[in-house]
Amino acid sequence: MRTAISELNLHRAASVTDALELLRDEQRTPIAGATDLYVALNFGTLTPRKFVDLWPLHELRQISMKQNTLVIGALATYTDVIRSPLVARHLPMLVEAARLVGGPQIQNRGTIGGNVANASPAGDSLPVFAAADATVVLLSASEERRVAFREFYTGYRATVMRPEELLVSIEVPPIDGTQWFRKVGTRAAQAISKVVVAAIRGDVPRVAFGSVGPTVVRAWEAERMLASGASIDDAADALTKDIAPIDDIRSTADYRQRVATNLLRRFWSETARV
Amino acid sequence: MPAVGNNVARKDGIGKATGRALYADDLVFPGMLHGRTIRSTIPRGRVKSIKLDFDLTGFTVVDHRDVPGRNIVDLIEQDQPFLVERDVRHMAEPILLLAHENLELLNAARVVIEYDEEVPLFDPEQSVGILKAIDIVKGDVDAALAAADLVVEGTYRTGHQEHVYIEPNGVVAVPENGGVAVFGSVQCPFYALKALKCLFGPNAAIRVVQTETGGGFGGKEEYPSMIAGHAALLALKSGRPVKLIYDRVEDMVATTKRHPSIVRHRTGVTRDGRIVAMDVDVLLDGGAYVTLSPVVLSRGCIHAAGPYRCENTRIRGRAVVTNTPPNGAFRGFGAPQTEFAVEVQMDRVADALGMDTVQFRRLNALRSGDTTATGQTLREDTSAVMVLDEAVRRTDFANKRASYRGSNKAIGLSLFFHGAGFTGSGERHLNSRARLDLTETGVRIAVGSTEIGQGTRTMHAQIVADALRVPYENIDVAQPDTSVVADSGPTVASRTCMVVGKILEECAIEMRTRLGDLSPEAYFAQHGGFSVERKYEPPDWIEWDDHTYRGDAYATYGWGCDVAELEIDPDTFEVRPTRLTAVQEFGRPIHPALARGQIEGGTAQGLGFALLERVVMRNGAMANAQLTNYTIPTTLDTPEIDVVMLENPYPGGPFGAKGLGELPMDGPAPAVANALRHYGLDVREVPATPELLSTCASL
Amino acid sequence: MRFTLNGTAVDVGAHPMARLLDVLRVDLGLTGTKEGCGEGECGACTVLIDGQPVCSCLIPVAQAEGTSVVSIEGLGDNHPLQHLFMNEVGAQCGICTPGMILAALSLEATDTPTLDDVKVALAGNLCRCTGYSAIYRAVMKWRGMNGDVATTTAT
Repeated sequence: MRTAISELNLHRAASVTDALELLRDEQRTPIAGATDLYVALNFGTLTPRKFVDLWPLHELRQISMKQNTLVIGALATYTDVIRSPLVARHLPMLVEAARLVGGPQIQNRGTIGGNVANASPAGDSLPVFAAADATVVLLSASEERRVAFREFYTGYRATVMRPEELLVSIEVPPIDGTQWFRKVGTRAAQAISKVVVAAIRGDVPRVAFGSVGPTVVRAWEAERMLASGASIDDAADALTKDIAPIDDIRSTADYRQRVATNLLRRFWSETARV
Repeated sequence: MPAVGNNVARKDGIGKATGRALYADDLVFPGMLHGRTIRSTIPRGRVKSIKLDFDLTGFTVVDHRDVPGRNIVDLIEQDQPFLVERDVRHMAEPILLLAHENLELLNAARVVIEYDEEVPLFDPEQSVGILKAIDIVKGDVDAALAAADLVVEGTYRTGHQEHVYIEPNGVVAVPENGGVAVFGSVQCPFYALKALKCLFGPNAAIRVVQTETGGGFGGKEEYPSMIAGHAALLALKSGRPVKLIYDRVEDMVATTKRHPSIVRHRTGVTRDGRIVAMDVDVLLDGGAYVTLSPVVLSRGCIHAAGPYRCENTRIRGRAVVTNTPPNGAFRGFGAPQTEFAVEVQMDRVADALGMDTVQFRRLNALRSGDTTATGQTLREDTSAVMVLDEAVRRTDFANKRASYRGSNKAIGLSLFFHGAGFTGSGERHLNSRARLDLTETGVRIAVGSTEIGQGTRTMHAQIVADALRVPYENIDVAQPDTSVVADSGPTVASRTCMVVGKILEECAIEMRTRLGDLSPEAYFAQHGGFSVERKYEPPDWIEWDDHTYRGDAYATYGWGCDVAELEIDPDTFEVRPTRLTAVQEFGRPIHPALARGQIEGGTAQGLGFALLERVVMRNGAMANAQLTNYTIPTTLDTPEIDVVMLENPYPGGPFGAKGLGELPMDGPAPAVANALRHYGLDVREVPATPELLSTCASL
Repeated sequence: MRFTLNGTAVDVGAHPMARLLDVLRVDLGLTGTKEGCGEGECGACTVLIDGQPVCSCLIPVAQAEGTSVVSIEGLGDNHPLQHLFMNEVGAQCGICTPGMILAALSLEATDTPTLDDVKVALAGNLCRCTGYSAIYRAVMKWRGMNGDVATTTAT
């Protein structure tokens, strides 16, 4: 542990209102499951020194239905998602994604809101919400903002969130069609994604990829091809315009390109109506 | 009921499972300081200036000028300093040591070092700095190649592998008696003692005590001399105990790794599949200092021709310098690298001949009476064919080899061997000793061999109990403290059972004679206690020439045949091992459950080497030095490991036992590569990551 | 920070962002919980918080407030899993063992765990010594299942 703890300041939020008023008045970094906190501090990628702890805010942990919209509280953990009958029924690809995050210890603490707000391009829940056209619900002391998921990310590890805002829930409209999810990690558990894809085969296909660009991406060109009745080969070619994978410490651009294309084909063939 | 051969209760007690067992970082001493190592941030150059840009209050600062004796880590050569004097030869080379009571202040201390940089060398194929050269010659390989019906060539590569003992390196140095006691996570307390005596002077009052050790695998063979020296320097300068524990990042970046290898083969065969010539070139990347490269190269070269008979063999080995942190001991010690190469080469030769891979191996495998590459005539304890036949039978290899073709399943095998004990005259030079003490409470084993999870305490007690003919429960094992126990040599090279256990067996037999008909308790009551200390007696038939590298390289060999069954995802090139069958002959097991543990664990480590573990080097240092990015197998990555332990007793070992610790490491990587070949990918390198496989040529 | 530790109420005066791991090991002197990586990858630091296995190297101690924390010391010296880990050689060097045992406790509520259940429950705990097979044998035996998850013969 290389970070000087004594230089850090933590305020435990007593309520959502308490947290929001604090954020209105001070620059603080929210923490919840904290699965990335000490890693980021020690690595030097996180320099903020003042934090607000959202973990006690049980009201943000709920998973519920609002009419036929699935509402996932920001503090729902991966374990909460895995155990939720509502998610199993309405968004099973999120259950699949949650099962493949880390291992049990990480699943017990890591939160959906943290995954979305952390904005890593490799975040495993992000393609699910992108494909599902989810809505991100942000709250500040003054207002609630609802942001379409496709507009939430502005660049590498950057979102439209304002410093005084909290992400309080993700809302997922009903999905008509077969859900499909695949994560290619560095190993079978405790793995960071090298390529991750969530897709829906409905009236029109929706396909979202992670780890192939600075943010999660919808494969708009490929989707358009498929929706217009073009062949999967044409869609696979179009995919190369949608994604921009890089070489990094875990994998290569070539590999990611190739695998993303293969997985698009695999999605298409596995979800074809017999 | 004898103790040997049975799963007796382990001498470790239950402390590992209750949290009571004390590892280095669990120790606390009054007035203890924490230590920190300031390391170079360039791979090659000279230190120009050092500025201590912090408030020095409460700090102890040590540099090379504080060394009372010689600033040299005394090992095979004397080229590596404890602390940089001016020349920097690798990234993360230790330059300065700090200690302070407060960890935060310690970690916040800013040291600014300026360097004159030089151009570093990272590519071993470009290096002209030879750390060691070995040439093994048998027959006339050039003539035999020229006369062969078919010659197959190939080049094979393995990368660094990091040990990832779950407990990082750590020691606590405590001033005592005008000198220092070092408590720590070490495999070889006497190696550390020797290094500290050089650092502090031969008359310094030093002892090294092994704490419960959370894994070693060779990574705590020679490296702890460095960390022990550092902690001791800080302790002596400050006059206070100093705890120096590496976090995972520092451990992975700065400490030793398995030597990367490039091995070239040219194999000549007759049309009917007999090997008539083997020409092998072994290149190991040693890193910046010699450390153990000469012996890693030695073992790698001796095993480089595989478990095959061949009248004309030439093995040319070189270990070379690069500006990277020195590489060192890692389970297998050169053999996993060279046996990977030869086993993939053998599959390729069989393919080129149009011959079944099992038949090719069976035809050429070493048998009793055959000679090895160094001209050693093998005796009855030779089991290459036995392990091969059992593995093939048990896995239904031939049928699966046929039926898996064209599917996403694949099956491949490797045949391998591993010499037990130190090479050639090594054991003679070590001159190891073991001692038994008759005490008021019973009989105590006093050896320098360390328990690092492999079962040393238990296995030694079993041997002594049965040789002494007393109940196993009455045998104690002393904690390895260099001021108390005999120097039994290092806990490495698969020698702890076969070599040290043998000396203990002899001690026990001698003690039994002295006890006469009396039990130890009765004898003690009547006559008081006594000790029996004996030294290693090499088998009288061993002949070895260090200069020509010919003769009996090892007293005996373990033998193994691994079969890897895989499923390959054609979309992602992910490889899922579904089963690994490990058939291994190592004399006979002293404790079957502990022995099985060595095979299962070594096999899993070999699977990591084969598929998952890749060290990414940038500017001469490990760039992926976190467990997030250096991925060892989790439960979900590890298949069922089907272990078959065959027996073929070695008369020179205690109760017929050979060495076991390293043998399991040699098989998995080539078995996996050969399975991938069966699938249709021309794999000549490990780790066979999906990225590599996606670019592999098809077969 | 007030919480229950191994069944006893404790009140620690640590910095709220001190890692729970360090509070246990240094402030409270309970060294049974181990640090293997500091990044939540190896699981050697596993403790239970309100019955759930978590990595204590990732938990700010403030988040333990009001919870029930169980470390390996909370199992005492005579828990059947501890004996099984030693006897079945589920523990070799032992450094991963406390964390592994606590993670395995999550199967206490599972009547007849399959081998896959055990693997998934332990997927967040790295062992470098055993290759995991003996760990499965220990855990399966604890749950009263057939412990022979891999065959072995000596002939």
